Amino acid sequence: MQATSKIPTDVSYLEYKGKYKGLLSWILSTDHKRIALLYMYSMMVLFLVGVALGLAMKLELIAPGKTIMEANDYNAVFTVHGVIMIFMIVIPGLPAVFGNFMLPIMIGAKDVAFPKLNLLSWYVYIAGALLVIASLLFGPGTPDTGWTFYAPYSFKTGTNMLPAIFGAFVLGFSSILTGLNFIVTIHRLRAPGMKWTKMPLFPWTLYGTAWIQLLATPVVGITLVLVALERIFGIGVFDPALGGDPILYQHLFWIYSHPAVYVMILPAMGAISEIIPTFSQKHIFGYKAIIASTLAIAFVGYFVWGHHMFTSGMSGTAQYTFSILTFLVAIPSAIKVFNWISTMYKGSIRMETPFYWAASFIFIFMIGGLSGLVLGALSTNIYVHDTAFVVAHFHFIVFGGVGFSFFGAVHYWFPKLYGRMYEKSWANVGWLTFTIGFLALYSPMFYLGMQGMPRRYYDYLEEFHSANILSTLGSWVMTFGLVIILINLYRSSKNGKIASINPWDGKTLEWTVPSPPPVENFDEVPVYGEKDGPYEY
Amino acid sequence: MYILASPQASNFVTGVDRAFLFILGVSFIFLIGLTITMIYFIYRYNRKRNPKATQIKGSHTLEIIWTVIPTILVLVMFYYGWAGWKPMTSPPDDSFEIDVIGRMWNFTFEYENGKKTDTLFIPKDKPIKLNLKALDVIHSVYIPAFRVKEDMVPGRDKFMWFEPQREGIYELYCTEYCGLQHSYMYNWVKVMPQEDFNKWYVDTTQRAAVPIDSPVAAGKRIMTNIGCFSCHSLDGSKLVGPSFKGIYGKEEIVVTNKEERTIVVDDEYLRRSIYDPNADLVKGFNKGLMLSYEGQLTDVEVEQIIEYLKTLK
Repeated sequence: MQATSKIPTDVSYLEYKGKYKGLLSWILSTDHKRIALLYMYSMMVLFLVGVALGLAMKLELIAPGKTIMEANDYNAVFTVHGVIMIFMIVIPGLPAVFGNFMLPIMIGAKDVAFPKLNLLSWYVYIAGALLVIASLLFGPGTPDTGWTFYAPYSFKTGTNMLPAIFGAFVLGFSSILTGLNFIVTIHRLRAPGMKWTKMPLFPWTLYGTAWIQLLATPVVGITLVLVALERIFGIGVFDPALGGDPILYQHLFWIYSHPAVYVMILPAMGAISEIIPTFSQKHIFGYKAIIASTLAIAFVGYFVWGHHMFTSGMSGTAQYTFSILTFLVAIPSAIKVFNWISTMYKGSIRMETPFYWAASFIFIFMIGGLSGLVLGALSTNIYVHDTAFVVAHFHFIVFGGVGFSFFGAVHYWFPKLYGRMYEKSWANVGWLTFTIGFLALYSPMFYLGMQGMPRRYYDYLEEFHSANILSTLGSWVMTFGLVIILINLYRSSKNGKIASINPWDGKTLEWTVPSPPPVENFDEVPVYGEKDGPYEY
Repeated sequence: MYILASPQASNFVTGVDRAFLFILGVSFIFLIGLTITMIYFIYRYNRKRNPKATQIKGSHTLEIIWTVIPTILVLVMFYYGWAGWKPMTSPPDDSFEIDVIGRMWNFTFEYENGKKTDTLFIPKDKPIKLNLKALDVIHSVYIPAFRVKEDMVPGRDKFMWFEPQREGIYELYCTEYCGLQHSYMYNWVKVMPQEDFNKWYVDTTQRAAVPIDSPVAAGKRIMTNIGCFSCHSLDGSKLVGPSFKGIYGKEEIVVTNKEERTIVVDDEYLRRSIYDPNADLVKGFNKGLMLSYEGQLTDVEVEQIIEYLKTLK
């Protein structure tokens, strides 16, 4: 393979002139690194739309009554916010961007196993995103069902249910293909000598994630077929008016959407497991325990979906079974936290922006995870289910977890992506502002939920007012931090200092190739010897 | 904090709050303990103080300890959660039953003697079983003070029960998103001593004998719930029907039996417009769009609506 390659090894993937020029050299590239950036740029655009909608929502809630929009606009805004953020950002997020970019390099491969399939996945992703967006913009009206599309309300509003689920299915297909690609890549393309027990932890979490993507996503397809049968042929499946059962819809929805939470969080944990050892200059603590916990989360995560439905109507046996499984899935997450913190013990810690993100990730993830225990226990779940408490919990996990990890990863791998360093002081200011804003935005929602404020509320009673004001102020601070971070990253990618091959003294393979890497990553395929390993400092 | 409020409003409060406090207590210990440990490590093992890391790859003992201890703790949490929840599934046989009908966007409470109300009146210290029926989409009955919640699912018969133990007025919310007016789908629970309740219960002439809101607030809530404002604006803009802004005392040209005449909007006219909307139609608006609310609103409720309309200057 090496002999037949005509691709130069001294030209970076950013400068390489292949068959095509300009935009075409990106959208027709099968280079995993260019595809990763394609994902990142498309997601960034969608993310900013989602952020704008979230800001509008928080502004509406700064005072009871109408502030800036009517109830129907508000309902559409939170629906679109949820659909974009969940299906287009956090589910594909880390695997599609950093998985694509780093997985092959970290395991010593020239690319993923199926580069063309990889490019196809991006097109499928864009097609799915366009479909969902079209279903939101065209047709009888913007869906106002929430991102969960619960039956029978979603059937009654007459909005574009079918195209929206079809879009989610197409997006899911992109996920399935990426997952398949990663599984094969990890099985077949590891560097000689890199045994499973020598693979870095980020690829390990991608491996766990890939299996979830492959096995859970088809459930969306099943749901779609059933919705289509009902909508087109009038066969009662979910709609009680036709003799269907709306609870069945909830089951199918969460059988996919709960494992999807682990699709989001596992790679986030993986990125943290890379950042902490590097900046502590120390071997990761409990390497095998972290792998075991990754696989345990991926496996047990399939069987806990019922905790979204404790008040919906299930048998008592089902309820306490789901409750106990939910508690069990908390343990591997706790094990990871203990191992991360222990990695810092007796390390030689270098305070850099990615490490700040990783440390604050641990704090925020703990709040998210521990508040999940309240929702896993039956009686307390009954009390705070469907209130602002749940909204706080999942934003701490999904936005706090995935978001903090993503920004940590962006700063950590930024030198490798662009061959330049980010401007450090602005990056730290951005991190601090963002973190303060984040805590001010979401912490009050725990309190509101315990006071009894239901979620998806356009208007509220006066007793909920003060906490909502704090939350809205937090949303401004957080957005301000976000703007600082993005502007800093953009400017640094153009005129930051030139980065060395290994600015953080990392030991994983991506730090052995030039920044930015050449098209085929390695001059020579790296070989792992008996004493080599990803964390041998 | 709300969770520590006492005395308890229902028989479930103790069980739920015990689980809540246990979980929150353990969580805070872990959160604070681990955070302090992490910050200490970051300080102590900073490169300035510790230029050379000591390589430690792991410890089987520690892994076992921090697997076993959290496992025991979460199993205790599960137990508390289960113990607080178990009694919620089995109502006593002598429960006082009330049917709850949920629709977009209000609740109706129907008593065995035919009484119907939009506020839930219940006697203190008596087990109450609510039979939940949703007519259109999924709703959810949530009474935070009682720590109870149950979804109302169309096509399924469901119930919830509790025993109110403290007199007072509590919020009751719909907490399953159900569309446009979801955030206005709330009402009140009034817990009364048995004697007061009996007095109220036998009096079948009135639907809501004990006013809880002021008439104006009640009027606004009723109008929001039945959706008046989707056709009648509050800001003077013309929608399907005339705006409510400054309506009371206003001169209007109306069409009565195809003849135009000028009237002043007063109690009498407003009442007629609710019960017989097409009799005196404001000029420039179409006939037949609004249906009569005869039988759907009580005289008391119409009075409350009129009181509210008077405030819309």
